[in-house]
Amino acid sequence: MPLLRTVLLRLIGTAITLFGVAVIVFVVIRVVPGNPIAMMLPPGATEADIARLEALYGFDKSIFEQFVIWLTGVVQGDFGTSISARQPVSHLVLNRLPATLELSMLALTIAVLAGGSMALLGTLYRDSKTEGLIDVTAGMALSIPDFLWGLVLILIFGVLWPVFHISGRISPSLNIDFTTNFYLIEALVRLRFDVVGDLIAHMFMPALALGIPLAAIISQLLKQSLKETMHLDYVTLARSKGYSERNVILREALPNAILPTLTLVGVQFTFLIGGTVIIERLFSYEGLGNMAIDAVINRDLPLIQGIVILFALLFTLINLAVDMLYTVLNPRLRHA
Amino acid sequence: MSSFLSIRNLNVKLAQGTPILRSVSLDVNAAQVHGLVGESGAGKSMIGKAVLGILPKALHITGGEIWLDGTDLLTLPPSERRKRIGAQAALIPQDPLTALNPSKRIGPQITRRLVDILGWSKADALDRALELLDEVHIPDPLRVMRNYPHELSGGMRQRILIASAFAAEPKLIIADEPTTALDATVQKQILRLIAQMQKRHGTALLFVTHDLGVVSKVCDSLSVLYAGKLVEQAQMRRFFMSPIHPYSAALLAATPTYADPTGSLTPVPQSVIDTVEQEVAQHDMRHQS
Ligand SMILES: Nc1ncnc2c1ncn2[C@@H]1O[C@H](COP(=O)(O)OP(=O)(O)OP(=O)(O)O)[C@@H](O)[C@H]1O
Ligand SMILES: [Mg+2]
Repeated sequence: MPLLRTVLLRLIGTAITLFGVAVIVFVVIRVVPGNPIAMMLPPGATEADIARLEALYGFDKSIFEQFVIWLTGVVQGDFGTSISARQPVSHLVLNRLPATLELSMLALTIAVLAGGSMALLGTLYRDSKTEGLIDVTAGMALSIPDFLWGLVLILIFGVLWPVFHISGRISPSLNIDFTTNFYLIEALVRLRFDVVGDLIAHMFMPALALGIPLAAIISQLLKQSLKETMHLDYVTLARSKGYSERNVILREALPNAILPTLTLVGVQFTFLIGGTVIIERLFSYEGLGNMAIDAVINRDLPLIQGIVILFALLFTLINLAVDMLYTVLNPRLRHA
Repeated sequence: MSSFLSIRNLNVKLAQGTPILRSVSLDVNAAQVHGLVGESGAGKSMIGKAVLGILPKALHITGGEIWLDGTDLLTLPPSERRKRIGAQAALIPQDPLTALNPSKRIGPQITRRLVDILGWSKADALDRALELLDEVHIPDPLRVMRNYPHELSGGMRQRILIASAFAAEPKLIIADEPTTALDATVQKQILRLIAQMQKRHGTALLFVTHDLGVVSKVCDSLSVLYAGKLVEQAQMRRFFMSPIHPYSAALLAATPTYADPTGSLTPVPQSVIDTVEQEVAQHDMRHQS
C-alpha cells in the first residue's frame, strides 16, 4: 500500500508541475517578439486580413483568456490546432513521439551497455593502466557535447567511411506499410529484419551521439560505486568462498552498486531526451525534437505548447519510473 | 598430531615495503582450536586473510609457505588456490551487520557456495542449510531463509554466518573476533555456539581475539602476535602457568580475570614494550636485502 500512496502523491505532484510548465510556456512564447499570423500570410496581406485570422485563432483575446480557453481544451484532450500544419496538435505530436522515444531508448541502451561494460572492466582491472585508459576515454567523451559528437560521427561514418545513413529515419525505397509509428518495434515484431537493419542504419549515429556522454557518466558513476562496494565485508566474504573476481563483481557487488547510479541515470536520461531537439535536427530525423524547432521557427504557438507539455510529461514519468525501480531493486525499501 | 594449517615464515608487506607480517610461523592442528591474540593492529586479521587469499590489494605476500592439508597454497595457480580454499576453509567474520549481502535473501547466501563451488544439487544444499540453521538454534529456519539481512538482529545474523561457515564441512574455520560487534549477553551465547559447533564437526579453528579470557575458555593452544611478529606459541595450560616471553607475561597480567579479580588493569610495562620493539627491529635488520 505505501507504494500505491507514493505513486498517487507523485501523480498529484506531476499534475502541479505540468500546470506550472504550461503557465510558463504560455506566457514566454507570447512575450517574445514575432507574430505567428503575420508569418502565415503572404507578404501582401492587409492589416484587416491579419486581424481576421488572429480572431480566428483567438489571439485577439487577453493572455489570461487565451490560457483558460487552451487549458479547458487540454483537460478534454484538445491541444488546439497547429497554425502551420492546420492539424490538431495532439495528432501531430503523437505521430512524432514514437520516433523520438525509439531514438532515446536506443541511445539509452547504447549508453547502459557501453557505460556498464566500461564500469565492470574498470572495476575488474582497478588501479591498473586499463582503469586509467577507461577514465581518460570517459573524460574525453564527457567533455564533448552530444551535437559535436553528432558532427564527429557524420565525419567518420558519413563521409570518411560511409556505412550509415546521415539523414532521415527510413529509406523511402523500402516497401513496408506501418500500422504504428513505432517503426523499429513494429519491424522487429513483424520479423522484417531488412527494415530493422535500415532503421538502425539511420538511427545509429544520432543515438550514438546522444548516448556517448551518458555512457561516460554511467561508466564513471557505476565504477566508483562498484569500487567502494568491493571493499565491503560481504564482498570479501564471498571472495573467501572461492568465487572468481568476475563472479564477485557481477553477483555480489553489482546489485548493490547499481542503486546509487540509477537515480542519476534517470536524471541524465531526461537531459538526453532534451538533446534530441538538436540531434534530430542535425540528422533530419523526423521526431518530436525536429518538429519543435520547426514550430519555433514558424511561431506555431499551439504546437510549441503541445510539444513542451509532452516533454515535461515524459520527464516526470521517467523520474517516477526510476523511483519505482529503485524501490523494487532495494529490499530495504520494499518491505519498509 | 598433524597440523591442518601450517604457516611457515610468512612475510607480508605493504607495496612500499613496510612489513605487516614478519616471518610468521603458526600451526593449527586438526580438530583443535588455536587462539591468535595481540593488540589492535598487530596483524591478526591479516594472517587470517592471507590464509583465505583475501588480503587487501595494498598488501602482498613476499615470502613463506601456507600449507593447508598438505599442500602449499602459495604454489598453486590462483584459480585452483581459490577453489581449494573455498572448499576446505571458511570465515566467520567480525561484524555480522556488514558481512551479509543486503540485497540478497539469507537462503541463497548459504546455499550458493554449496551449489556453485562444491557442485551440490540445489535440493541437497537447501536441506543442508535448513539443518545447519536448526543446529545454530534459529527458530523457523524456512522463514528466515526467505528474509533479507536487514530484517534480522545482529545475533541472528552471526548465527547465520556461523551456519554458513560450517555448511560445507570445511576442515578449517577462521573466526576473526566473531563476538566483538555483539552486545555482552549475545557474545557469550555465540562463543558457546562456536565452541560447540567446532567440537561436533571436528573442525580446526583459528580463533582471532584480543581477549585472553576468551582464549582460556575455548582454545587448546595459542599464538601471541606483536607488530606482525610472533612472540610466543604455546599450549594453553603451559601458557597460562608460565608464559615464556615477557610480553606474554605482561599481557596475562593485564587480563583482569587472571591477575587481579577486582579488575584493575596493569598496562604492559614500557620495559617490555622496548624488549619486543627491539626484537622486531632485529628481525627487520636481518631481513633487509
Ligand atoms: N588495506 C590496508 N592498507 C594498508 N595497511 C593495512 C590495510 N589493512 C590493514 N593494514 C595494516 O595492517 C596492520 C595489521 O592490521 P590487522 O587488521 O591485521 O590488525 P589486527 O591485529 O586484526 O587488529 P584489530 O584487533 O584492530 O582487528 C595494521 O597496522 C594496519 O594498519
Ligand atoms: Mg582484526
